Amino acid sequence: MTIDQLLVYFFGACALLGGVLMLVARHPMRVALALISCMLSLAGVYAMLGVHVVAVFQVLIYVGAVMVFMVYVIMLLDVRDPSFVRRYSHLLLPGIVLGALLAGALGVSAMRLGGPVIRPVAGAAPSYLVQPFSVEFLREYWLHFELTSVLLVAAVVAAIAIIRSGRRSDG
Amino acid sequence: MADTQLLLGLSFVLFALGLVGVMVRRNALVMLMCMELMLNAVILALVTFSLETATLSGAVLVFLIFVVAAAEIAIAIPIVLQLSRQRSSLDVEGYDRLKG
Repeated sequence: MTIDQLLVYFFGACALLGGVLMLVARHPMRVALALISCMLSLAGVYAMLGVHVVAVFQVLIYVGAVMVFMVYVIMLLDVRDPSFVRRYSHLLLPGIVLGALLAGALGVSAMRLGGPVIRPVAGAAPSYLVQPFSVEFLREYWLHFELTSVLLVAAVVAAIAIIRSGRRSDG
Repeated sequence: MADTQLLLGLSFVLFALGLVGVMVRRNALVMLMCMELMLNAVILALVTFSLETATLSGAVLVFLIFVVAAAEIAIAIPIVLQLSRQRSSLDVEGYDRLKG
Protein backbone atom coordinates (compact mmCIF):
# COMPACT_ATOMS: atom_id res chain seq x y z
CA MET A 1 0.00 0.00 0.00
CA THR A 2 1.53 3.25 -1.10
CA ILE A 3 1.36 6.61 0.63
CA ASP A 4 -1.02 7.83 -2.10
CA GLN A 5 -3.53 5.11 -1.33
CA LEU A 6 -3.24 5.79 2.38
CA LEU A 7 -3.95 9.46 1.76
CA VAL A 8 -7.02 8.59 -0.35
CA TYR A 9 -8.35 6.46 2.52
CA PHE A 10 -7.54 9.18 5.04
CA PHE A 11 -9.29 11.92 3.07
CA GLY A 12 -12.23 9.62 2.38
CA ALA A 13 -12.59 8.92 6.10
CA CYS A 14 -12.44 12.67 6.79
CA ALA A 15 -15.18 13.29 4.22
CA LEU A 16 -17.33 10.61 5.83
CA LEU A 17 -16.76 12.10 9.26
CA GLY A 18 -17.75 15.54 7.96
CA GLY A 19 -20.94 14.11 6.47
CA VAL A 20 -21.89 12.44 9.74
CA LEU A 21 -21.12 15.61 11.72
CA MET A 22 -23.48 17.53 9.44
CA LEU A 23 -26.38 15.42 10.68
CA VAL A 24 -25.43 15.71 14.34
CA ALA A 25 -24.37 19.34 14.72
CA ARG A 26 -26.89 21.72 16.21
CA HIS A 27 -26.00 25.20 14.97
CA PRO A 28 -26.08 25.84 11.18
CA MET A 29 -22.60 27.38 11.36
CA ARG A 30 -21.18 24.10 12.67
CA VAL A 31 -23.03 22.24 9.93
CA ALA A 32 -21.46 24.62 7.40
CA LEU A 33 -17.99 24.03 8.85
CA ALA A 34 -18.54 20.26 8.73
CA LEU A 35 -19.63 20.55 5.09
CA ILE A 36 -16.59 22.69 4.27
CA SER A 37 -14.26 20.12 5.83
CA CYS A 38 -16.08 17.37 3.92
CA MET A 39 -15.64 19.26 0.64
CA LEU A 40 -11.96 19.97 1.33
CA SER A 41 -11.37 16.28 2.08
CA LEU A 42 -13.10 15.37 -1.18
CA ALA A 43 -10.82 17.84 -2.97
CA GLY A 44 -7.92 16.01 -1.34
CA VAL A 45 -9.29 12.72 -2.65
CA TYR A 46 -9.53 14.18 -6.17
CA ALA A 47 -5.99 15.55 -5.99
CA MET A 48 -4.69 12.17 -4.82
CA LEU A 49 -6.53 10.45 -7.67
CA GLY A 50 -4.80 12.79 -10.12
CA VAL A 51 -7.89 14.74 -11.15
CA HIS A 52 -6.30 18.06 -10.35
CA VAL A 53 -8.70 20.27 -12.30
CA VAL A 54 -11.71 19.04 -10.37
CA ALA A 55 -9.82 19.35 -7.08
CA VAL A 56 -8.88 22.97 -7.81
CA PHE A 57 -12.39 23.91 -8.85
CA GLN A 58 -13.88 22.09 -5.90
CA VAL A 59 -11.89 24.35 -3.61
CA LEU A 60 -12.38 27.52 -5.67
CA ILE A 61 -16.07 27.24 -6.54
CA TYR A 62 -17.56 25.12 -3.80
CA VAL A 63 -15.60 26.18 -0.76
CA GLY A 64 -14.57 29.59 -2.05
CA ALA A 65 -17.87 30.78 -3.47
CA VAL A 66 -20.85 28.63 -2.55
CA MET A 67 -19.94 27.93 1.06
CA VAL A 68 -18.68 31.45 1.76
CA PHE A 69 -22.03 32.70 0.50
CA MET A 70 -23.77 30.19 2.77
CA VAL A 71 -21.73 31.26 5.79
CA TYR A 72 -22.61 34.91 5.11
CA VAL A 73 -26.30 34.03 5.01
CA ILE A 74 -26.02 32.09 8.26
CA MET A 75 -24.43 35.12 9.92
CA LEU A 76 -27.11 37.36 8.38
CA LEU A 77 -29.95 35.21 9.73
CA ASP A 78 -28.46 34.61 13.13
CA VAL A 79 -31.79 34.55 14.90
CA ARG A 80 -32.40 32.45 17.95
CA ASP A 81 -34.42 29.86 16.21
CA PRO A 82 -36.46 26.95 17.61
CA SER A 83 -34.86 24.76 14.95
CA PHE A 84 -31.49 25.26 16.67
CA VAL A 85 -32.75 23.59 19.83
CA ARG A 86 -34.91 20.87 18.33
CA ARG A 87 -32.73 19.61 15.51
CA TYR A 88 -34.87 16.85 14.11
CA SER A 89 -38.34 16.78 12.66
CA HIS A 90 -40.85 14.03 13.33
CA LEU A 91 -39.50 12.22 10.26
CA LEU A 92 -36.36 11.22 12.19
CA LEU A 93 -36.98 7.48 12.39
CA PRO A 94 -38.35 6.92 8.85
CA GLY A 95 -35.62 9.15 7.46
CA ILE A 96 -32.84 7.18 9.09
CA VAL A 97 -34.42 3.85 8.08
CA LEU A 98 -34.80 5.04 4.48
CA GLY A 99 -31.24 6.36 4.37
CA ALA A 100 -29.85 3.11 5.76
CA LEU A 101 -31.88 1.12 3.21
CA LEU A 102 -30.67 3.33 0.36
CA ALA A 103 -27.03 3.15 1.47
CA GLY A 104 -27.33 -0.63 1.89
CA ALA A 105 -28.89 -1.16 -1.53
CA LEU A 106 -26.35 1.08 -3.28
CA GLY A 107 -23.49 -0.52 -1.33
CA VAL A 108 -24.59 -4.01 -2.33
CA SER A 109 -24.76 -2.93 -5.96
CA ALA A 110 -21.27 -1.42 -5.66
CA MET A 111 -19.91 -4.65 -4.16
CA ARG A 112 -21.53 -6.63 -6.96
CA LEU A 113 -19.47 -4.71 -9.48
CA GLY A 114 -16.61 -7.00 -8.54
CA GLY A 115 -13.74 -5.23 -10.14
CA PRO A 116 -13.63 -3.06 -13.21
CA VAL A 117 -16.63 -4.13 -15.27
CA ILE A 118 -16.26 -1.00 -17.32
CA ARG A 119 -13.22 -1.54 -19.42
CA PRO A 120 -11.15 1.55 -20.19
CA VAL A 121 -11.62 2.76 -23.72
CA ALA A 122 -8.74 1.83 -25.96
CA GLY A 123 -6.22 4.58 -26.49
CA ALA A 124 -4.32 6.86 -24.24
CA ALA A 125 -5.84 7.71 -20.87
CA PRO A 126 -6.90 11.35 -20.76
CA SER A 127 -4.79 13.80 -18.87
CA TYR A 128 -6.46 15.72 -16.09
CA LEU A 129 -3.83 18.43 -15.93
CA VAL A 130 -5.17 21.90 -16.47
CA GLN A 131 -3.88 22.65 -19.96
CA PRO A 132 -4.75 19.40 -21.79
CA PHE A 133 -8.06 19.26 -19.99
CA SER A 134 -9.10 22.78 -20.91
CA VAL A 135 -8.01 22.37 -24.54
CA GLU A 136 -10.05 19.19 -24.81
CA PHE A 137 -12.95 20.72 -22.87
CA LEU A 138 -13.28 23.77 -25.09
CA ARG A 139 -12.73 21.79 -28.27
CA GLU A 140 -15.31 19.07 -27.63
CA TYR A 141 -17.76 20.59 -25.21
CA TRP A 142 -17.80 24.30 -26.10
CA LEU A 143 -21.55 24.24 -26.74
CA HIS A 144 -22.28 22.91 -23.26
CA PHE A 145 -19.91 25.47 -21.81
CA GLU A 146 -21.78 28.28 -23.57
CA LEU A 147 -25.17 26.87 -22.56
CA THR A 148 -24.19 27.02 -18.89
CA SER A 149 -23.95 30.80 -19.26
CA VAL A 150 -27.62 30.82 -20.28
CA LEU A 151 -28.41 28.84 -17.11
CA LEU A 152 -26.44 31.30 -14.99
CA VAL A 153 -28.21 34.30 -16.52
CA ALA A 154 -31.56 32.61 -15.86
CA ALA A 155 -30.52 32.00 -12.25
CA VAL A 156 -29.51 35.64 -11.75
CA VAL A 157 -32.77 36.91 -13.25
CA ALA A 158 -34.75 34.49 -11.07
CA ALA A 159 -32.91 35.58 -7.92
CA ILE A 160 -33.64 39.26 -8.70
CA ALA A 161 -37.29 38.42 -9.41
CA ILE A 162 -37.65 36.59 -6.09
CA ILE A 163 -36.16 39.51 -4.16
CA ARG A 164 -38.38 42.03 -5.97
CA SER A 165 -41.56 40.03 -5.46
CA GLY A 166 -40.76 39.79 -1.75
CA ARG A 167 -40.35 43.57 -1.56
CA ARG A 168 -43.68 44.12 -3.29
CA SER A 169 -45.51 41.85 -0.85
CA ASP A 170 -43.89 43.69 2.07
CA GLY A 171 -44.88 47.15 1.02
CA MET B 1 -9.76 -2.85 -8.34
CA ALA B 2 -10.91 -2.26 -4.80
CA ASP B 3 -10.36 1.47 -4.93
CA THR B 4 -13.18 1.98 -7.39
CA GLN B 5 -15.61 0.10 -5.19
CA LEU B 6 -14.41 1.98 -2.14
CA LEU B 7 -14.86 5.39 -3.78
CA LEU B 8 -18.27 4.41 -5.11
CA GLY B 9 -19.26 3.19 -1.67
CA LEU B 10 -18.09 6.46 -0.14
CA SER B 11 -20.11 8.37 -2.71
CA PHE B 12 -23.23 6.30 -2.00
CA VAL B 13 -22.89 6.72 1.75
CA LEU B 14 -22.43 10.48 1.39
CA PHE B 15 -25.50 10.65 -0.85
CA ALA B 16 -27.56 8.71 1.69
CA LEU B 17 -26.31 10.98 4.48
CA GLY B 18 -27.37 14.04 2.48
CA LEU B 19 -30.79 12.54 1.79
CA VAL B 20 -31.29 11.69 5.46
CA GLY B 21 -30.24 15.24 6.33
CA VAL B 22 -32.80 16.76 3.99
CA MET B 23 -35.53 14.57 5.45
CA VAL B 24 -34.61 14.76 9.10
CA ARG B 25 -33.37 18.25 9.87
CA ARG B 26 -35.74 21.14 10.60
CA ASN B 27 -33.55 24.11 9.69
CA ALA B 28 -34.01 25.30 6.10
CA LEU B 29 -30.35 26.31 5.68
CA VAL B 30 -29.16 22.95 7.00
CA MET B 31 -31.44 21.22 4.49
CA LEU B 32 -29.85 23.29 1.70
CA MET B 33 -26.39 22.27 2.85
CA CYS B 34 -27.42 18.62 2.90
CA MET B 35 -28.48 19.04 -0.72
CA GLU B 36 -24.97 20.32 -1.44
CA LEU B 37 -23.64 17.17 0.21
CA MET B 38 -25.73 15.07 -2.18
CA LEU B 39 -24.31 17.00 -5.14
CA ASN B 40 -20.81 16.38 -3.82
CA ALA B 41 -21.52 12.66 -3.61
CA VAL B 42 -22.66 12.69 -7.25
CA ILE B 43 -19.47 14.51 -8.23
CA LEU B 44 -17.39 11.86 -6.48
CA ALA B 45 -19.25 9.11 -8.37
CA LEU B 46 -18.73 10.96 -11.67
CA VAL B 47 -15.00 11.36 -11.04
CA THR B 48 -14.73 7.69 -10.13
CA PHE B 49 -16.49 6.58 -13.30
CA SER B 50 -14.46 9.04 -15.36
CA LEU B 51 -11.26 7.49 -14.01
CA GLU B 52 -12.61 3.99 -14.47
CA THR B 53 -13.57 4.44 -18.10
CA ALA B 54 -10.59 6.71 -18.85
CA THR B 55 -12.81 9.24 -20.58
CA LEU B 56 -13.06 12.95 -20.08
CA SER B 57 -16.82 13.34 -20.20
CA GLY B 58 -17.27 12.57 -16.50
CA ALA B 59 -14.98 15.43 -15.54
CA VAL B 60 -16.81 17.72 -17.97
CA LEU B 61 -20.11 16.76 -16.33
CA VAL B 62 -18.55 17.69 -13.00
CA PHE B 63 -18.09 21.22 -14.32
CA LEU B 64 -21.69 21.40 -15.40
CA ILE B 65 -22.67 20.26 -11.89
CA PHE B 66 -20.58 23.07 -10.43
CA VAL B 67 -22.58 25.53 -12.50
CA VAL B 68 -25.87 23.91 -11.47
CA ALA B 69 -24.83 24.08 -7.81
CA ALA B 70 -23.98 27.77 -8.11
CA ALA B 71 -27.31 28.50 -9.82
CA GLU B 72 -29.17 26.44 -7.22
CA ILE B 73 -27.59 28.33 -4.34
CA ALA B 74 -28.22 31.67 -6.07
CA ILE B 75 -31.95 30.92 -6.29
CA ALA B 76 -32.43 28.97 -3.06
CA ILE B 77 -30.84 31.54 -0.76
CA PRO B 78 -33.23 34.39 -1.76
CA ILE B 79 -36.16 32.03 -1.28
CA VAL B 80 -34.94 31.13 2.21
CA LEU B 81 -34.39 34.82 2.96
CA GLN B 82 -37.96 35.65 1.94
CA LEU B 83 -39.37 32.76 3.96
CA SER B 84 -37.43 33.71 7.05
CA ARG B 85 -38.47 37.34 6.65
CA GLN B 86 -42.15 36.39 6.47
CA ARG B 87 -42.12 33.84 9.28
CA SER B 88 -39.12 35.20 11.19
CA SER B 89 -38.01 31.60 11.59
CA LEU B 90 -35.92 29.07 9.72
CA ASP B 91 -37.98 26.15 10.99
CA VAL B 92 -39.54 24.35 8.03
CA GLU B 93 -42.30 22.99 10.24
CA GLY B 94 -43.53 26.56 10.62
CA TYR B 95 -43.94 26.96 6.88
CA ASP B 96 -47.45 25.56 6.81
CA ARG B 97 -49.15 28.05 4.55
CA LEU B 98 -49.00 25.64 1.61
CA LYS B 99 -50.83 22.96 3.60
CA GLY B 100 -54.36 22.25 2.39
